[in-house]
Amino acid sequence: MNIFMLGWEFPPFISGGLGTACYGLTRGLNDLGHRVIFVLPQPVSGEYATHVRIKTPSALMAETACRSYSIEEFENVEFRAIPSTLQAYGSPSDALTEEWVTSGQSIIETEHAASGPGGHGAVESVPASRTHRGGSSGHYGGDMFSETQRYARIALALSRGESFDVIHAHDWMTFPAALLVARTSRKPLVVHVHSTEFDRSGDNVNQRIYDIEREGVHTADRTIAVSFLTRNILLTRYAAPADRVHVVYNAIDNNGGKIVTPPTIRRDEKIVLFLGRITMQKGPEYFLAAAKKVLEFVKNVRFVMAGSGDMMRRAIELAAELGIGHKVVFTGFLRGDDVARVFKMADLYVMPSVSEPFGIAPLEAMSHDVPVLISKQSGVSEVLAHVLKVDFWDIDEMANKIVAVLRHPPLRSTLRHHGTFEIRKLTWRDSAQNCVDVYQQAVANRQGGR
Amino acid sequence: MASVCIYFQVHQPYRLRRYSIFDAGHNYFDDQKNAEICRKVAHKCYLPANQCILDLIRVHEGRFRLAYSLTGVVLDQFAAYAPQVIDSFKRLNDTGCVEFLAETYYHSLSFLYSRKEFEEQVALQQAKIASLFGQKSTVFRNTELIYNNDVAAAVHKLGFRAVIAEGADHLLGYRSPNFVYQAASCPIVVLLKNYRLSDDIAFRFGNRGWTEWPLTAEKYAHWVNQVNGNGYTVNLFMDYETLGEHQWADTGIFDFLYHMPGEVMKINRDNDFKKPSEIVDAYPACGAFDAPHLISWADTERDLSAWLGNAMQSNSLQEVYALGKAVAAKKDEDLLSDWRRIQTSDHFYYMCTKYFADGDVHKYFNPYESPYDSYINFMNVMDNVAARTK
Repeated sequence: MNIFMLGWEFPPFISGGLGTACYGLTRGLNDLGHRVIFVLPQPVSGEYATHVRIKTPSALMAETACRSYSIEEFENVEFRAIPSTLQAYGSPSDALTEEWVTSGQSIIETEHAASGPGGHGAVESVPASRTHRGGSSGHYGGDMFSETQRYARIALALSRGESFDVIHAHDWMTFPAALLVARTSRKPLVVHVHSTEFDRSGDNVNQRIYDIEREGVHTADRTIAVSFLTRNILLTRYAAPADRVHVVYNAIDNNGGKIVTPPTIRRDEKIVLFLGRITMQKGPEYFLAAAKKVLEFVKNVRFVMAGSGDMMRRAIELAAELGIGHKVVFTGFLRGDDVARVFKMADLYVMPSVSEPFGIAPLEAMSHDVPVLISKQSGVSEVLAHVLKVDFWDIDEMANKIVAVLRHPPLRSTLRHHGTFEIRKLTWRDSAQNCVDVYQQAVANRQGGR
Repeated sequence: MASVCIYFQVHQPYRLRRYSIFDAGHNYFDDQKNAEICRKVAHKCYLPANQCILDLIRVHEGRFRLAYSLTGVVLDQFAAYAPQVIDSFKRLNDTGCVEFLAETYYHSLSFLYSRKEFEEQVALQQAKIASLFGQKSTVFRNTELIYNNDVAAAVHKLGFRAVIAEGADHLLGYRSPNFVYQAASCPIVVLLKNYRLSDDIAFRFGNRGWTEWPLTAEKYAHWVNQVNGNGYTVNLFMDYETLGEHQWADTGIFDFLYHMPGEVMKINRDNDFKKPSEIVDAYPACGAFDAPHLISWADTERDLSAWLGNAMQSNSLQEVYALGKAVAAKKDEDLLSDWRRIQTSDHFYYMCTKYFADGDVHKYFNPYESPYDSYINFMNVMDNVAARTK
């Protein structure tokens, strides 16, 4: 099939699972022989630059140059990048967080030194020019709405010269564009919900975003939710039509990871890792509260919080208030090899999310052979059996399980042993095939005269 | 003629309560849940099944005979939560048609880790059976039919005449479980479970997708009768909870049980029912059953992987038995009893990761959400028991 795909993130410009999922699904579709035109608000480059070649410097758009790419490993995918200055999730920053992050990075850098001449010397950071950090409007930097409208106009213009069978749009930022393209092209629309406004903001929803999401799932021919958890939210809070909402789980490419030199000197300290945006949704305060309790039983343990977000300052202060500041390390946002390195060091990965539509990070942890503890309030909990699970609010049980993992090597080895096999069953190729099945239903439905 | 030899396993573990690192008390067991389950199963299975068996013995004027193996821990729980079950077993015992087998009091895997502990637990269970029913067992069954040549030798030394084992295909080869065998290691009789005919009742009876469903007493009697000419005895060994608990009453399992013996004896007047010790008296051993490796009656593997299949299981078992000397040295009856109750094999079965992701028979019996949760809980309890030995 020919798919006109509208996305907002693609590696390495990612702030969460959305970009990772788009990458995986696109690769799966590519491997299955489907043709994808992928429209993005920013160019594909960074560490992927070596694989990227600019195919056709395309026509100048009214507002700005729009460039077309293809990437060698994606022979059937063309990327259309719309220059943009915005990211989906801003990273508020201030002096306090900078200071803590700088000191926290040393834990990674020590590992770099140990990994020899091949290792990188410093933490790769996002060039300031490409990251918008002026987040005053909650999770989103700058004027997201006018940006989504601009993206929509350009996407529409791009779509006019293409032939495709179905439109596939990822999350609300691309929904205005998707609706526009669908109306004009009269092609079936599939919207993919990776997270809802309720996941991101609790009950303090942004009404405009909610309205865009609602219009998307009601107008689309089919909706893909990343879990039954998310599907239930779509049915109950958006009144989405049940017969048109399908679940397609995310996946992990086990052999896609780079081999990173493991730390040569093993500290006698155990490491419990939190990795993700430090926001309300991810439950950082439950992680710290559990850490405090764990330290009553196990002394030689350090808690690493890798990531940034609007609750980072609060998390740093909370660690200090709890009197465990010396046991908690903040590394700031990590990417690429640094993510792999921090996983190699970890004895346990904890994802205490309050609300997690799916949660790819536990799969990444498992692919790095790290035992995993996740909250039951996560979509990924629906697909994983060989992990530890807790309610995010049950910090006693969270501490109980963390202590058990630290104390009992057989628990770690059994989780690793079975986890390795378990994630091998979750491939992007299968997820992509499930998307194709949904496309085909959407197309068939149109032909049947909906 | 063909004999049918039935033995029912009766057991309930002392399930642990939720015990986290923040707990420090010595009350490890979920008394409320154990009482609840014991009473529930008593009403669904033990009481109606005992009544059915009693009726059968009376109707057939003593020609229907069978055996039970009762663990010490289930008898203790009956005494505490459902004493009428013990009374009904006493009425069965009074008929003279019921035999009680020997096993470990705590339904434990002690044979694998401590021969001394194993022997003490067998002696305890025998004392319990003697005090309740005035019987001395001559036939032994090990927990979950775990068996090898060493088990045979050990229980032969304890004075038993026969031992029960799984009729595992990989050991029997072309031979039939319907003969009587002698252990390869010593002169003790081995009675082998006919797992096909046993599982037809225990696992397949209520399965509407099974080609033989519905299983009638007549059809089953016909299958049993086919043994004539190629064997002496059909050994039907299964969990008693099959009746009314695993196979619910509405599957017709009790009707089946009530009519099956009559049909077996009607189809061929020479067919009969015998207690295990009567099988030993009636038929000669006609071959050696050589089991150099451990077998059990569990899963398709018929091995120990349901209790010893992963690192958590072997670790927790090793650590429990490593406490043996320290516990004994304390001479504290409560501590000894707690230590022995956590040896019950069910605790380790809950930690089984085999098939866990597929959701199957293992899940049905498991009070924990995952094998990992059960290991964590168990280790917290064991750490507390260990602390009491210091």
